Amino acid sequence: MARLRFHIRYPEEKIPEPILYEIGQEYQVVPSIRRADVRETTGWMDVEFTGEADEIDKAIQGLRTKGCIVDPIELNVVE
Amino acid sequence: MTKKMQSLVCRECGKEYPTQDIHVCELCFGPLEVKYDYTAIKQVMTKEKILSGPPSLWRYADLLPVEGTNYVGLHAGYTPLVHAKNLGHFLGLDHLYIKNDCVNHPTLSFKDRVVAVAMTRARELGFETVACASTGNLANSVSAHAASAGMACYVFIPGDLEAAKVLGNLIYKPNVVEIEGNYDDVNRLCSEIAGERRWAFVNINIRPYYAEGSKTLAFETVEQLGWRAPDQVVVPMASGSLLTKIWKGLKEFEKIGLVDSVPTKVNGAQAEGCSPIATAHLNGRDFFKPVKPKTIAKSLAIGNPADGYYALKATAETQGAMDMVTDEEIVESIKLLAQTEGIFAETAGGVTIGVLQKLVKKGHIKRNDVTVAYITGNGLKTQEAVVDAVGRPFRIQPHLSHFTKTFGIEEQA
Ligand SMILES: Cc1ncc(COP(=O)(O)O)c(C=O)c1O
Ligand SMILES: [Zn+2]
Repeated sequence: MARLRFHIRYPEEKIPEPILYEIGQEYQVVPSIRRADVRETTGWMDVEFTGEADEIDKAIQGLRTKGCIVDPIELNVVE
Repeated sequence: MTKKMQSLVCRECGKEYPTQDIHVCELCFGPLEVKYDYTAIKQVMTKEKILSGPPSLWRYADLLPVEGTNYVGLHAGYTPLVHAKNLGHFLGLDHLYIKNDCVNHPTLSFKDRVVAVAMTRARELGFETVACASTGNLANSVSAHAASAGMACYVFIPGDLEAAKVLGNLIYKPNVVEIEGNYDDVNRLCSEIAGERRWAFVNINIRPYYAEGSKTLAFETVEQLGWRAPDQVVVPMASGSLLTKIWKGLKEFEKIGLVDSVPTKVNGAQAEGCSPIATAHLNGRDFFKPVKPKTIAKSLAIGNPADGYYALKATAETQGAMDMVTDEEIVESIKLLAQTEGIFAETAGGVTIGVLQKLVKKGHIKRNDVTVAYITGNGLKTQEAVVDAVGRPFRIQPHLSHFTKTFGIEEQA
């Protein structure tokens, strides 16, 4: 089992959609939200996924396909 | 000595942690920052003590997150603060200063400050291997410091870097790992490796200590201005960490009584091709939107900056400003600085000078303001950016007459 932490940003038009719920249904991962800011013009969440590493990978790809920007919790680390 | 470092504290929820190699709050995932005992530090950190310290950033060790004196990077910091009279005259500023980290040691960028602090702390925490993920200055600095400290070193770089930047690592013989894939893949893999190895990734798990090294730019500025804080600072932003730490450093000197007041406006500079923080500021927002970078200022090309939110806060708190410049303006500004002050900056310096010029034009920076522009890296590292904009040498045959004809001057008898 792996636990990986991500910063997920939603495109504006997707803010009303239950994206994280859908991801939890579509992949074998358990998301846990630690901090979030969702407003009319922006939406992000800091989330921990628990699951098999491969499955988390797929969930991340799934989020990207839905139009989310997914980065590690540290954001950009290549300085 | 008293224990000056008290804990690591979460910048979001305030939860405290021991001063170990952790960087994210377990509770809310907020970033951690070093908390000091300023009352104790005030007792020991006097002007006299600083003035009798070494000519490096270690003269400010009382406000740096290390416990002992077994320092890595003995020569980082204490770079010149140049009263830039020519450039000031050109821009209409009477008190313009250039903080010249082009000549920082050993690898000619401000990153030597953060790396010296990070690696000193890493060694104190018992690490034998250091690492970083980088596209340039950071990797060069980690590689050089690891060589001199005798530590094992891994440097992760994207697969499409310029040859000169790769060489600037290889010469020190670290393990240079080129990762295939797009930026997001590289970024994610590095963060995962950092999570699973017991290595000191200077800008990831050692980040709370690493970032503190940037405060020394503020400390030196105050000391070199004769123990006063500037009215304006202009700071280039990638992750935004440098800007937030310059502000923190100024406030710390006020807290421990080394300056009377800090009227400083903290201004941020980015390149138009990667300006998530400056764009947010100009739109009056307290949050930014990530971007895909496309600029010649590669050292500032961070599309989703870790400290962007805190940089916005520092600028707002100080009634500072932010702005951005195009690639053409960056090149022009590099030339302007070189041709007025004899300082050859890298692209990040072009960004700083370009934005300085804009803020003067907008009336935000005024003639009488004591203004400090931070020049954070050396132009010899980013020659590609200016190679087509500097002309060619005069080429002549080895005859005196060819020389005089070329310049339209008389041969002297
Ligand atoms: C030359 C130079 N200047 C400025 C910066 C900006 O630093 P920060 O990420 O702390 O905003 C960098 C960062 O990589 C840099 O290499
Ligand atoms: Zn927290």
